[in-house]
Amino acid sequence: MRVALFATCLTDTLFPGTAIAATRLLERLGCRVEFPLDQTCCGQMHLNTGYREHAADLAERYAAIFAGYDAVVAPSGSCVAMVREFHQDLVASPSRNGAVRHTYELSEFLVDVLGVTDVGAYFPHRVTYHPTCHSLRAIGVGDRPLRLLSSVRGLDLVALPEAETCCGFGGTFAVKNADVSTAMLADKMRCVAETGAEVLTAGDNSCLMHIGGGLSRLRVGVRTVHLAEILASTEEEPWRAPA
Amino acid sequence: MAGTGVTWLGTPAFPRAARGALADTQLRRNLRKATHTIRDKRAAAVAELADWERLRRAGAAIKDSVLANLDVHLERLEAAVTARGGVVHWARDADEANAIILRLVRAAGADEVVKVKSMATAEIGLNEALAEGGVRAVETDLAELIVQLGRDRPSHILVPAIHRNRAEIREIFRREMPSASPGLTDDPRELADAARHHLRLKFLSARVAVSGANFAVADTGSVVVVESEGNGRMCLTLPETLITVMGIEKVVPTWRDLEVFLQLLPRSSTAERMNPYTSVWTGVTPGDGPRQFHLVLLDNGRTDTLADEVGRQALRCIRCSACLNSCPVYERTGGQAYGSVYPGPIGAILTPQLLGDLSHPQPASLPYASSLCGACFEVCPVRIDIPRVLVHLRSRVVDARGGRSPEAAAMAALAWIMRDPGRFEAAQRAGSLARLLARQGRISRLPWPGSRWTSARDVPAPPRESFRAWWRRNRG
Repeated sequence: MRVALFATCLTDTLFPGTAIAATRLLERLGCRVEFPLDQTCCGQMHLNTGYREHAADLAERYAAIFAGYDAVVAPSGSCVAMVREFHQDLVASPSRNGAVRHTYELSEFLVDVLGVTDVGAYFPHRVTYHPTCHSLRAIGVGDRPLRLLSSVRGLDLVALPEAETCCGFGGTFAVKNADVSTAMLADKMRCVAETGAEVLTAGDNSCLMHIGGGLSRLRVGVRTVHLAEILASTEEEPWRAPA
Repeated sequence: MAGTGVTWLGTPAFPRAARGALADTQLRRNLRKATHTIRDKRAAAVAELADWERLRRAGAAIKDSVLANLDVHLERLEAAVTARGGVVHWARDADEANAIILRLVRAAGADEVVKVKSMATAEIGLNEALAEGGVRAVETDLAELIVQLGRDRPSHILVPAIHRNRAEIREIFRREMPSASPGLTDDPRELADAARHHLRLKFLSARVAVSGANFAVADTGSVVVVESEGNGRMCLTLPETLITVMGIEKVVPTWRDLEVFLQLLPRSSTAERMNPYTSVWTGVTPGDGPRQFHLVLLDNGRTDTLADEVGRQALRCIRCSACLNSCPVYERTGGQAYGSVYPGPIGAILTPQLLGDLSHPQPASLPYASSLCGACFEVCPVRIDIPRVLVHLRSRVVDARGGRSPEAAAMAALAWIMRDPGRFEAAQRAGSLARLLARQGRISRLPWPGSRWTSARDVPAPPRESFRAWWRRNRG
């Protein structure tokens, strides 16, 4: 299977460890992973801020770059939601929408396409999982991430209170409505702290950057790690914090 | 024709209005308690029905079909109401509607009207318009009465006084209700008794009542009001003259259609299986109830909203408030920050569309008052895809601004970078230098506009190399 990794602009730029982890994980599971270097961004930030024409340009690029693959895998529920929900409206030629149908969020691809829940991972930490809004409500990943996490050896999975409540990121909402965003973040951090977990994981680096930014500012003693990095971690090559 | 009224003059744009609300700790606690309670109850009430999803789809389909043939249904409604002895009036906007109502009240020789809780009359600012014409409007819904007596503004569609707790209500009653006993406590029963006594006097003396309408059945000309207290029924049956103001989107073709909404609405709004007081009347009936019935059909921006293919689904709304109760933004700011009688997620898409003005900073700020988390869409009984409409309205806001803003310039620059992988990688390398600002892997202070992020959140230090640089080294 020809699998393309869509790293997403944020992960490519700020969280390369997540995309490296996704690459190694997919290769470990027998996929031939490609990373088309022409890729940049799905256009979500532009569309959600009201700049539809710029978003349409980026959606066109996405369709052209990823049209020829059997599957496109992205470590982001939010960017996958953008592709699936909005690209059809933004891309002029319907024949170029093959990429839309074959774009998967990482946990969907692992569970539905590869048919695995035990990916052979090892991560000896107490972990809580935040289901990000777009993975939960827009694309419906359901309990797939939890099934994957439950099979990780050494991992102590604890439930997050009020898990399905938004963390307050919301793209440019986080800066346009910084005060409301911060109030939502405060409640999310309180719930995370209640779990006693040392690691908060999720399927989106955007939300993790927001929650992690708050946890770091207040020195809460909880770090954020993307789901892909936990699943890529093994006894031979355990997860390491970014340098 | 654009709507008038709808927003409160002088309310600042949402981010600033929200700042004030966020700092009100009593408000925060009242709202959190109220929204969480009703949210959980709604979830339980909805979970009882195996066919909930099919009901939602039916509700959405009926509304869409009505909206597609609105002119036909409204004329059928007018004919049926007229045939049963009612009088139908058409109002293009708030001013027209208010003028019609004031004329009718004066013709009835009244200087006071009792009111059934109604969003349409709040939208057109009827109470203020009547006051200017020398007519007192008395709100009879308990929460609406609390807002009116407190000279306050509503903060919720269903429970306009949701931002008040019992102690605050007691204070308002003691101060503003002449018949309230000085020893009134904050016991809910005592508060309800005080309101009952106060209102009973009004019901018995009023000659004119004004109501809204939840639905009207075109087949028979029957109008429906759904409420929980029975105060509405007093207004609808006791006075000689009844004036009903109804948004034109509230018409349904048949009683079979109505049945779907009478299942969807109570479970979504009050988490009840069946609505407590459902009043239905058809024109006038000699010897029973009002002797004169007037139906004012209100446009006020609705036909303009109908012209927007994406935005028109907002007109499906049956005013249940489930989206408010489930919204994490509303939960923290309350309704007044939205500056309109329609707050919360539905207000964020309805208010700017009814006003038809996306260039004014206040309504233009409303589509951005959401993290797009989708909790509203999930609970909406008529499946209004609120996040999609919000995103759509944001592009209308940007278009209305005509591309002249620092943000537009930044977005254009970013898009220019993103359109070319070479430029993108150059920008990544340049941005990577920001790691020199980092201490222990984090950046805690950025200049504006980044300061809006770092006011509460650190930024991770940019890595030495991007993923694409790693890929080229290791897999390329």
